[in-house]
Amino acid sequence: MKLHEYQSKFLFRDYGIPIPLGKVAASADEAYAIAGDLGGVVVVKAQAHVGGRGKAGGVKVARNADEARQYADDIIGMDIKGLRVEKVLVDPGADIRQEIYLAITNDRSAGKPLIMTSMEGGMDIEELNRQRPEAIVREHIDPVAGLQNYQMTFIASAMGLPRAFWRAFGKILRGLFHCYTESDAELAEINPLAITRAGELLAVDGKVIIDDNALYRQPALVKQRDASDEPDSERLAREAGITYIKLEGQIGCMVNGAGLAMTTMDMTKLYGDADGIGPANFLDIGGGATPQQVAAALRIILSDANVKCVLFNIFGGITRCDEVAEGILSAYNDVKPDVPMVIRLQGTNAAAGNKIINEARIPNLFSADTLTEAAQRAVAAVKEQV
Amino acid sequence: MSILIDRSAKVLVQGITGRQGGFHARLMMEYGTDVVGGVTPGKGGEWFEGKPVFDTMRSAVETTNADVSLVTVPARFAGDAVMEAADAGILLVICLTEHIPVADMMRVLAFCRRRGTRLIGPNCPGVMTPGQAKVGIIPAMVATPGNVGVVSKSGTLTYEVGFAMKNAGIGISTIVGIGGDPVIGTTFVEVLEMFESDPETEKVALLGEIGGSAEIVAAEYIKNAMTKPVAAFIAGRSAPPGKRMGHAGAIVDGGEGSAEEKIQALEAAGARVAANPEEIPGLLA
Repeated sequence: MKLHEYQSKFLFRDYGIPIPLGKVAASADEAYAIAGDLGGVVVVKAQAHVGGRGKAGGVKVARNADEARQYADDIIGMDIKGLRVEKVLVDPGADIRQEIYLAITNDRSAGKPLIMTSMEGGMDIEELNRQRPEAIVREHIDPVAGLQNYQMTFIASAMGLPRAFWRAFGKILRGLFHCYTESDAELAEINPLAITRAGELLAVDGKVIIDDNALYRQPALVKQRDASDEPDSERLAREAGITYIKLEGQIGCMVNGAGLAMTTMDMTKLYGDADGIGPANFLDIGGGATPQQVAAALRIILSDANVKCVLFNIFGGITRCDEVAEGILSAYNDVKPDVPMVIRLQGTNAAAGNKIINEARIPNLFSADTLTEAAQRAVAAVKEQV
Repeated sequence: MSILIDRSAKVLVQGITGRQGGFHARLMMEYGTDVVGGVTPGKGGEWFEGKPVFDTMRSAVETTNADVSLVTVPARFAGDAVMEAADAGILLVICLTEHIPVADMMRVLAFCRRRGTRLIGPNCPGVMTPGQAKVGIIPAMVATPGNVGVVSKSGTLTYEVGFAMKNAGIGISTIVGIGGDPVIGTTFVEVLEMFESDPETEKVALLGEIGGSAEIVAAEYIKNAMTKPVAAFIAGRSAPPGKRMGHAGAIVDGGEGSAEEKIQALEAAGARVAANPEEIPGLLA
């Protein structure tokens, strides 16, 4: 789950990290009032779960409250990479002398938290990593022992931070580490961490991503979820405990297991791409799916008007094919889909599952033995309708 | 021979009185696996299919001399269960549970390494040595004994490929499901090393997917150190960047972890990469 910039920075503030004293506005008038209270130069920043806001015109420096109102009016409602901006952050302008990059993230291959920091902040870290990887200091943290003082000294000296800032930087680094751990973050990033002309450190921009699997123990963060950029179908699926991602093709896929779900998508594209046919969605009904979940999944797939055929590919391990078959029937009777369906059941209780399906005598339904056959049938079923 | 488990493995099931734990413990026993008991806190003293249930792993290991544990408990308790097994002296823990927070796994993995315990998973289908034993949920029907080692990030995709191999008359030495989470106990390279030194494994099938760099690291190993031929499939060619495809680890991020990049690395390392998983048997023949 992604937090907005303002949510990330307000979270950092709770951990003693200095941030600009700005506020969030949902309208131009609110932005005007905030800018007036702050006085002087302010920065109006689009709050959207997307990178490259500055380049898209979503970040503007305003000299006074009137300009802040005008920029907020421009930015609210703006479309950045397909996402509509609903709110802006109005921050006091900072007089920046130097920009530092500082982040803590999960290093998946090491299985440890990783601190990454650089005196060349401000730019995109992936870009910096491509151009000058040696400018980034990397330090792993022992997940049992946690961040140690000697590591903070090592990091500050290795990155070439002037000694005058070591103490303040150490406090911010420790705060960020506690924030990362206690929030179950996958990423806690300050970019830039500014050194101001007044000689202070200030987290001017921030980004936090929370591990979805840990949300059950992060109720305060869950309340901050902004699902406005999540399609209704994906929200419904999430609430039903199904993983669904809408894509652009015509073949609705219902599969058990993420790897096989991707593979099933790949197969529809492999056999359909030449005719412009491909997957309409990723959908994993998970291990041990119930008939209710299968029914919910079918409704979600059919809510996409592009879907011309539904392909069920179930290879039973934890999932039992007879339960899936009952789910398909109950969903079929409920939804009465008018698109053809291709059903392929293999694995645990497959014989019982196929028996349930065959005895129901559903029209416009094809069964398949192999994945290749199932994908080819689904592609053919879409072609027949064009 | 085989890797990780064979018919001599004495297995405890953590969560054996649960619905899924019990269902699959029965299937494991039917397959011939020596399930010596189970652990469910608060249910010690009960029996499961004639096998004792214990409150703690320590008492279970003392009584049964088990050497392998299968963790089937829910995500909130799974990290604790893995550590309990490692602390009780189990050297091979296989964890099926999905949705374990990464922060928990990082601590659990560090804990296991300090005790010399190998962890397989989490979020994996387990390990099966066809004709001998299975620890996990891999259906018996997907494999016959043979000389191809299979290592995979994905559960059901593995069944798909195993089933296709069986239909083509190709047998399997051991199937290892390493799991699709960002932080896992055992990597592709560690399993490839085991297959490389297993005298009864002659060829290897590797099933990867988008996200992370484990397949790239595996390609390096294949290029530099493997003498046995490798066939591979990478799932997620049609996945758009920035979207997490179910598995916590399956996301193409910042241009890294794409299927194309992994396929190229594997092909450059001499592996034969299939566009369709049902073509894998043909590449192994």
